[in-house]
Amino acid sequence: MAAETADTVPARRRLPSMSVLGPIVALVVLVLVGAFLNPNFVSAANITNVLARSAFIGIIAVGMTFVITAGGLDLSVGSMAAFIAGLMILVMNWALPTLGIGIPIILLGMAVALVAGLLAGLLNGFLITTLGIEAFIVTLGSMGIYRSLVTWLADGGTLSLDFGLRTFYRPVYFGGILGISWPIIVFALVVILGEILMSRSRFGRHCAATGSNEHVAHYSNVDVNRTRLLTYAMLGVLVGVATIMYVPRLGSASASTGVLWELEAIAAVIIGGTVLKGGFGRVWGTVIGVLILSLIDNLLNLTDLVSPYLNGAIQGIIIILAVILQREAKAKG
Amino acid sequence: MTDAAPVIALRDATKRFGPVEVLHDVDLEVRAGEVLALIGENGAGKSTAMKCLAGYQPLTSGRILLDGKEVTFGSLHAGEEAGIVLIHQEFNLAEQLTVEQNIFLGRELRKGLFLDKARMRQLSRDYLDRVKCEVDPDRVVSSLSNSEKQMVEIAKALGRDARVLVMDEPTAVLTNTESRILFDQVRALKAAGTAIIFTSHKLSEVSEIADRVTVMRDGAVVHDGPVADMTEDAMATAMVGRDVSDLYPPKGRRPDDAPVMLKVEGLSVPRFAEDVSFELRRGEILGIAGLVGSGRTEAMEGLCGLRPASAARIEIDGAPVAIRRPADALSHGLCYLTEDRKLKGLLLEKGMRVNLTLQSLEKFGGLMVDRQAEEKALDAAIREFDIRGGQRESRVSNLSGGNQQKLLLAKVMQSEPRILVVDEPTRGIDIGTKQQIYTFLRRLADEGRAIIVISSEMQEVIGLSDRVLVMRRGRVAGMLEGEAITEDAIVRHAMGVGADSQGRAA
Ligand SMILES: Nc1ncnc2c1ncn2[C@@H]1O[C@H](COP(=O)(O)OP(=O)(O)OP(=O)(O)O)[C@@H](O)[C@H]1O
Ligand SMILES: [Mg+2]
Repeated sequence: MAAETADTVPARRRLPSMSVLGPIVALVVLVLVGAFLNPNFVSAANITNVLARSAFIGIIAVGMTFVITAGGLDLSVGSMAAFIAGLMILVMNWALPTLGIGIPIILLGMAVALVAGLLAGLLNGFLITTLGIEAFIVTLGSMGIYRSLVTWLADGGTLSLDFGLRTFYRPVYFGGILGISWPIIVFALVVILGEILMSRSRFGRHCAATGSNEHVAHYSNVDVNRTRLLTYAMLGVLVGVATIMYVPRLGSASASTGVLWELEAIAAVIIGGTVLKGGFGRVWGTVIGVLILSLIDNLLNLTDLVSPYLNGAIQGIIIILAVILQREAKAKG
Repeated sequence: MTDAAPVIALRDATKRFGPVEVLHDVDLEVRAGEVLALIGENGAGKSTAMKCLAGYQPLTSGRILLDGKEVTFGSLHAGEEAGIVLIHQEFNLAEQLTVEQNIFLGRELRKGLFLDKARMRQLSRDYLDRVKCEVDPDRVVSSLSNSEKQMVEIAKALGRDARVLVMDEPTAVLTNTESRILFDQVRALKAAGTAIIFTSHKLSEVSEIADRVTVMRDGAVVHDGPVADMTEDAMATAMVGRDVSDLYPPKGRRPDDAPVMLKVEGLSVPRFAEDVSFELRRGEILGIAGLVGSGRTEAMEGLCGLRPASAARIEIDGAPVAIRRPADALSHGLCYLTEDRKLKGLLLEKGMRVNLTLQSLEKFGGLMVDRQAEEKALDAAIREFDIRGGQRESRVSNLSGGNQQKLLLAKVMQSEPRILVVDEPTRGIDIGTKQQIYTFLRRLADEGRAIIVISSEMQEVIGLSDRVLVMRRGRVAGMLEGEAITEDAIVRHAMGVGADSQGRAA
């Protein structure tokens, strides 16, 4: 209130604000620098590789965008992914003798992942909305629970998908159409649907209203609890989708699967311009955030300018910078 | 007194927000021991002028003179250091802190390394006592009612020993009694030589307490002179630019056999209201009066599914209904306009369009929201409710207080209510617009809707209502009708004296 919030020219006439341009500029700069340092950086193979690897975090981050926009947070997605992967592998191995190798068993695995994701998301959402416990606490708890469950399922080691099955399932990660691999296609679809849902739909509007001021939302006939619950459920399903794409890549799950995914997803959302305390979110920004994070990782691996071990440090700096830029943009109105 | 030099003055003050100039060459001054009322329509620039004067916002051009010497307030604190204290129109308290922490925010007393809790406690109590405010200094501000918050703001300002006290619509959320207490303090400060500037849309207060009045219209000063020379009507005319002496529209001539649209029996809201029963007929405006804290707001919120409530029976158009959530109420055409536009009414960081349609999004397309339809609705609302000064895409918090209130009313009307409950509908609204809103509410009623008006402004309840229900301590204390609606009768019911004879008469 105290700070002056002067609005300048109406949106149509003014340049997009720093909060819009910032992430885009950062991405472009990153690509240019990368291309300059190592021509391979912009090769089709490398781009496909980066995109396919971004897909897991990306799909999850799209869901996270909704959760954060509605004023929530989910720390459990990384362990949830690991747990779902473990569950999927167990169920598929178990059904192998009856179903044999073929489409049905893959579909069964996928169904397990989606249902497990939905249930896990609903559980988080239920505890947060109906019981009114802080999102941070609930998901910190479930993060620990899923992580330990997967460790227990794997008995401290690794859960591996039957070798034959693995070979059959591989194309879901490595195959594709028209040279575009499945994870990228699915990621793109999720992003397009997410963007439409966020910026055009009633649900997106309700998420923003809930995150912006839940009392106002309640008085405006927005079902605040339902909206929040739905965001967690949606995120859960998307974690399931990401896991479906992830399992064929390695064909296994262990206690170290999906470690720190939650932080990467949250970081991507914030870098993309979604406000951490809720009320405003944009899916396309999240995509840029994901790309920035994985490009940095990729760049450090391709060039020997900076040790790849410093990846985390650089990501950290970028996250903090992004938030500073956001704040400047906000102060300017 | 008038020949003394001003303590503080604005000279040729101009303020721009981007391309929009909201103050044009404003001259403003106040002397020691003088009370200046700054009045004007919503969006005239009163708050902006006050903020500039107190160093809260920088001027685009022009000068601030303190004791005749030009000063510039570089920081937010500079104004306060110079002895100028501003009480904002919208509260400026830290909601999560306690009353005491707020009173000493930014200038905590210390004893050595540690906070001097005992002394701060004692001083808080003193300040609060001066405004006869009984809240516990340990209470968290977010749990206070609006009028309590305002009294805390005033107590806080008293603690700063201001040379110039600037109050932006201090009485908008106060009850009459509280306003009286405030004015006593104003008189005391005045006698002690403090210069005081305040705004109010209640012109009777201006006549009562101010020495001088400055009228602003569209960002410029259009009149300045002693209060004694001006009637309230003259003030209103100077503000609005037209005659507004007929504030209230003629009352409805609803036939006695008009159908009952809403029938409430035994409505209870835990802790706030008990066994509230009444009927509301088509075409009627029912006023609900009562002291602050008498459970009026909570009872109506309970009725509209906004908070947990139970009722023996609720009928709408003769059919029993169950209302558990706001959606249930809306689906029966029952809609509530909140008294608290900042915390419950508007998304302050969003634009006008998003706010306007939030409550009735399903009207604007199925799953997807139709932006164009929204824009059209916004155009229509801006026209119909005369919402001024907003740039369409900028945040609603940039609208002046009164224009926010108009937007809120427009938002509620988007859901096309048949039974409309409005809670303090004209809070912070200028007299010209008030007249428009009264006319609007009466027209809604005449068109066959039914309206409930909760208001702490006695004149409003009396001038607008066909019948008045008075609440006291969460219960219906009486129902007044026609000639029986008098200030005296309302006060007696509200205070619980002589409730019997008249209470049954209606
Ligand atoms: N931060 C801001 N950015 C852009 N415009 C602003 C800002 N603050 C105020 N305005 C505009 O300046 C004009 C004057 O507003 P101001 O709040 O001073 O009016 P006011 O006289 O106090 O009205 P009210 O009686 O409704 O409180 C309005 O048109 C308002 O929209
Ligand atoms: Mg104002």
